[in-house]
Amino acid sequence: MQVPAPFDYVRATSVGNTLELLERHGPESRVVAGGHSLLPMMKLRLARPEWLIDINDVAELRHITEEPDRLRVGSLTRHAALLASDVVGRLFPIVHDAEKVIADPVVRNRGTIGGSLGQADPAEDLTTVCDVLRASVVIAGPGGERVVDMAEFHRGPYETACEQHELITEVRFPIRPRMGSAYEKVERRVGDWAVGAAGAAVQMADDGTIADAAIGLTALGLEGLATEVAAVLVGQRPSEDLITEAGRLAAAASSPVEDQRGPVDYKRHLADELTRRVLRRALDRVGATVPAA
Amino acid sequence: MQVTMTVNGTEVTRDVEPRLLLVHFLRDTLRLTGTHWGCDTSNCGTCVVLVDGEPVKSCTALAAMTDGHDVRTVEGMARNGTLDPVQQGFMEEHGLQCGFCTPGMMLTARALLDRNPDPDEGEIREAISGQICRCTGYATIVRSVQWAAAHPAAATTEQEVTT
Repeated sequence: MQVPAPFDYVRATSVGNTLELLERHGPESRVVAGGHSLLPMMKLRLARPEWLIDINDVAELRHITEEPDRLRVGSLTRHAALLASDVVGRLFPIVHDAEKVIADPVVRNRGTIGGSLGQADPAEDLTTVCDVLRASVVIAGPGGERVVDMAEFHRGPYETACEQHELITEVRFPIRPRMGSAYEKVERRVGDWAVGAAGAAVQMADDGTIADAAIGLTALGLEGLATEVAAVLVGQRPSEDLITEAGRLAAAASSPVEDQRGPVDYKRHLADELTRRVLRRALDRVGATVPAA
Repeated sequence: MQVTMTVNGTEVTRDVEPRLLLVHFLRDTLRLTGTHWGCDTSNCGTCVVLVDGEPVKSCTALAAMTDGHDVRTVEGMARNGTLDPVQQGFMEEHGLQCGFCTPGMMLTARALLDRNPDPDEGEIREAISGQICRCTGYATIVRSVQWAAAHPAAATTEQEVTT
């Protein structure tokens, strides 16, 4: 029977109250939202907080707000709410691609965007999604709020810019014209971590060339964006040759490790194949047709 | 700490340790053993209950986090002695073999039909994809949910089941 070690529990009522509670209870306190990463870690004693600060009642953290130039998503927004949002699907179909394959529908009723990004598991999908969409993360602390881009936010496996006494409050996605995006994951079964996944976002110029491109990989040994891939795409017209080259470069940029989910050469193959697929779909979604080779 | 929640329509208040998981609160504290306890890692889904109408894996929720909320377990599916159409569907279409996954499967099906009264097979399979039937009886589970969708007003009394 897996049961967490004893702790004290308190419910936060607002962002300000959460920060006060974090300050008061110090380094041995943890914030819990969906709990689907933290509670399993507590059962295994990988985490042993003395205080659990439950933010599920903090309504100001639960919103999906479309503004002219950005989409603001509260950190307590559940995966299920992101998947159910028409606004999210219209602006950023990559988020729906990813959400459909994050855990399973029941877990998605509880898990949150802030929790996924904050946990920063190396096989977690939304980090790649946020990378390619050039999202930024709002972090509240005792001294006020700061906004960090993903490169600054995501420091590596299980490590982010959000300090112990701080709280992730919002994720901001810039809305850019003529943009297409897509995500695809290979998993062994529903709810498993990715064997590998890739995400792409492209922005087209008026003349039919690619104005901006971002490619990211999940669980394939690449932190942040595959800049070499973006460099060959920008300024070019979509073509089969270009997509093939992008896949080749993405595989070269990956450095997967062998584990129970597969050997290195298979994962490298996934980096290549999935990059080509998401790039083609992202282009297709923005109406940029790829002429047959 | 003290928690108060509505379980199957009845308000209950108990003193619990903050670390008590919802599944053990239901099974051990309230003796509602219809909710099954399986993998303990939010993979198998046999512990699914409805919290405010949504399926939740109760091995990965604290009783404390459920304070003030509405919980429905398999014991609360039948109303006034009348089986829920989902329960009747599982009888009609042989939706269970060993029965271990059944409470969670039925509650997820109930939540699906509340949201989408006429799901297609793909939608049913997607809804139960976070739950495992190790008898591998998925085909009959899907048919059971389809039966319930087709008979939303089905009314078998518990009396009729036992006789």
